[in-house]
Amino acid sequence: MGEKMLKIKNLHVSIKDKEILKGLDLDIKPGEVHALMGTNGAGKSTLVKTLSDHFDCEVTKGTMEYKGKNLLDLDASQRANEGIFMSFQNPTEIPGVNNMYFLKTALNAKKAYLGEEEMNGAEFLKLVRKKTKEFGIDPAMLKRNVNEGFSGGEKKKSELLQMVVLEPDLILLDEIDSGLDVDAIKTIAQGVNSLLDGKRSVLMITHYDRLLELIKPDFVHILKDGKIIESGDYSLALRIDEQGYEGLGIRHETK
Amino acid sequence: MENKVVKDTISSDYALGFETMVQSDTFPKGLNENVIKAISKKKNEPQWLLDFRLKAYKKWLTMEEPNWADLKYDKIDYQDISYFSAPKKAPNSLDEIDPKILETYEKLGIPLEEQKALSGIAVDAVFDSVSVKTTFQEELNEKGIIFCPISEAAQKHPELLKKYLASVVPYNDNFFATLNSAVFTDGSFVYIPKNTRCPMELSTYFRINALNTGQFERTLIIADEGSYVSYNEGCSAPTRDESQLHAAVVELITLDNAQIKYSTIQNWYPGDENGKGGIFNFVTKRALCKGVNSKVSWTQVETGSSLTWKYPSCILKGDNSVGEFYSVALTSLAQQADTGSKMIHLGKNTKSTIISKGISAMHGVNAYRGLVKVGKNADNARNFSQCDSLLIGGTCTANTFPYQEVNNKSANIEHEATTSKISDEQLFYIKQRGIEEEDAVSLIVNGFCKEILEVLPMEYAVEAKALLSISLEGSVG
Repeated sequence: MGEKMLKIKNLHVSIKDKEILKGLDLDIKPGEVHALMGTNGAGKSTLVKTLSDHFDCEVTKGTMEYKGKNLLDLDASQRANEGIFMSFQNPTEIPGVNNMYFLKTALNAKKAYLGEEEMNGAEFLKLVRKKTKEFGIDPAMLKRNVNEGFSGGEKKKSELLQMVVLEPDLILLDEIDSGLDVDAIKTIAQGVNSLLDGKRSVLMITHYDRLLELIKPDFVHILKDGKIIESGDYSLALRIDEQGYEGLGIRHETK
Repeated sequence: MENKVVKDTISSDYALGFETMVQSDTFPKGLNENVIKAISKKKNEPQWLLDFRLKAYKKWLTMEEPNWADLKYDKIDYQDISYFSAPKKAPNSLDEIDPKILETYEKLGIPLEEQKALSGIAVDAVFDSVSVKTTFQEELNEKGIIFCPISEAAQKHPELLKKYLASVVPYNDNFFATLNSAVFTDGSFVYIPKNTRCPMELSTYFRINALNTGQFERTLIIADEGSYVSYNEGCSAPTRDESQLHAAVVELITLDNAQIKYSTIQNWYPGDENGKGGIFNFVTKRALCKGVNSKVSWTQVETGSSLTWKYPSCILKGDNSVGEFYSVALTSLAQQADTGSKMIHLGKNTKSTIISKGISAMHGVNAYRGLVKVGKNADNARNFSQCDSLLIGGTCTANTFPYQEVNNKSANIEHEATTSKISDEQLFYIKQRGIEEEDAVSLIVNGFCKEILEVLPMEYAVEAKALLSISLEGSVG
């Protein structure tokens, strides 16, 4: 796969005929951690959703290349099986569907896609036990239905478990720290860091400096009005934390 | 694994829609006393049974087709239907069955040779108006269990048949049941003797094959004191442009401490997306929990038919008796279903549960209609009803019509109802985890129906899941 992970050029995206992303460029190489910051309404979530083929997002112009493949040729499940994982801010409930069964179905869908042998129940159980133990996740969660009646923290832990089981190559984190206490954020960060092997990449959206302390970004980008207006290293995040967006001359969008 | 099975099965929209080219003996279209006499004569019936048919026919002529259900269809011309069709040469042993019919059942996944059959399941195979084979009869006979076509019961067990036939669904019960009483052909007869647990699943498979022919099966199951039986029925029919009528009657009787578990997988041809063709399914199913501590569970997975009119019911006469109704009804294409249950509490401390799951997609119309009635002497009656509807897309319909008649103040009746939609957000979430859209829909639907699928016997639960997936093919996107 060489030096290719994600290459976005001049991306324009509309939601319900309103242009949200207006010519965005971004290059993520294998092993890199990128943080995306910016005021509300700048288009951060839209970018992550567009990469995952969310039904709301219409690409009107530009290209997205992932591992040398044109992402527009792949639908949501194909992109997932190619290794793109999006952690949801507020994952949806699926009543009556057992969490363990869901996770196994997802893993075996990926294995089938890659032409690998599917995992049987016993092997899967072993894997999941190992992962829950490693990340301090209560295994009782697996017996419940997908996200049904989960607290905010439980939902994020469930997302984490899915991530470490599916072992994606490109991890998209949409405010995974929102609504979490410090200990829970540490668990999540530990999970993400455990996957960082120098080949996997991360694109994370956050407002919160704390997460960036735990998952150190190589690059920080500031998104404004659908475009990246400034990029830098970790020190850019520190400047935002000190001075705020206003201090950097970035005004809040009026909605 | 399951998904693989599903995909293999999805070669056409309705995989069971083939027709068997077999020489048959089919009555000319039309209904009159002579037709009824001819049916009775074909089956060599005793006089009392013919009298019963004729009495029902006279009554039927005075009755009106009901129109209260949430169903729209062209008027049925009862003179444009043939009331009897049987493959030529009524077979007595397997060797005499037309190989094409054996092949038909084999294709349906129901081999009739006992050595090939699924272990632990005895099958009565009904082809149009006659039973062509009942397996494992001898083995069951050793325990005193009777499992045979109802026409055979008229010959061999007339005293039992006379005692119980129409004892739960009287000949004048309703328009379709009365028609059935006049013209019924085959169906199964089951008697489980005292203190006997039926050692295998009993199963009847109904196949409509002949064109322009109605199927009017009649099933009667008696569970004597302290006995238990699990009975399953399956159904299918060829793909045709003409609608076909199916009007069945099923009667169940449980005596003291007896239990019947009755499961249905109904997969008649559903017609096309414009509502052309398909089976009109007008069925009267009722159980009488006659004895104390007796129990009847109805479980149904209804995915077929263009019209379904069906309300499996329990009359809880014995003290402490229990009635259960678990249902999944799926309407896609242009299918319409008006289905539910009636629980009639007469005895003391009687309990009933109704769990109904309606799924609508495309132009499907799905109505739950149910009655919970508590008689004045039914002290401490309890009922719990839950009716959930799941909508897929924006062109389908779901309705709930729950009725209650409570005449005893000690009754405890609970009713819950929900309506939900498969949301784009749910589908996106599941797809983002690598699961394809159609599998994502199946996952959501199976989750929705979980409580019902769990009470089906294992083999049937697998079949039911596959059917639900196939029936929803192409309903999304």
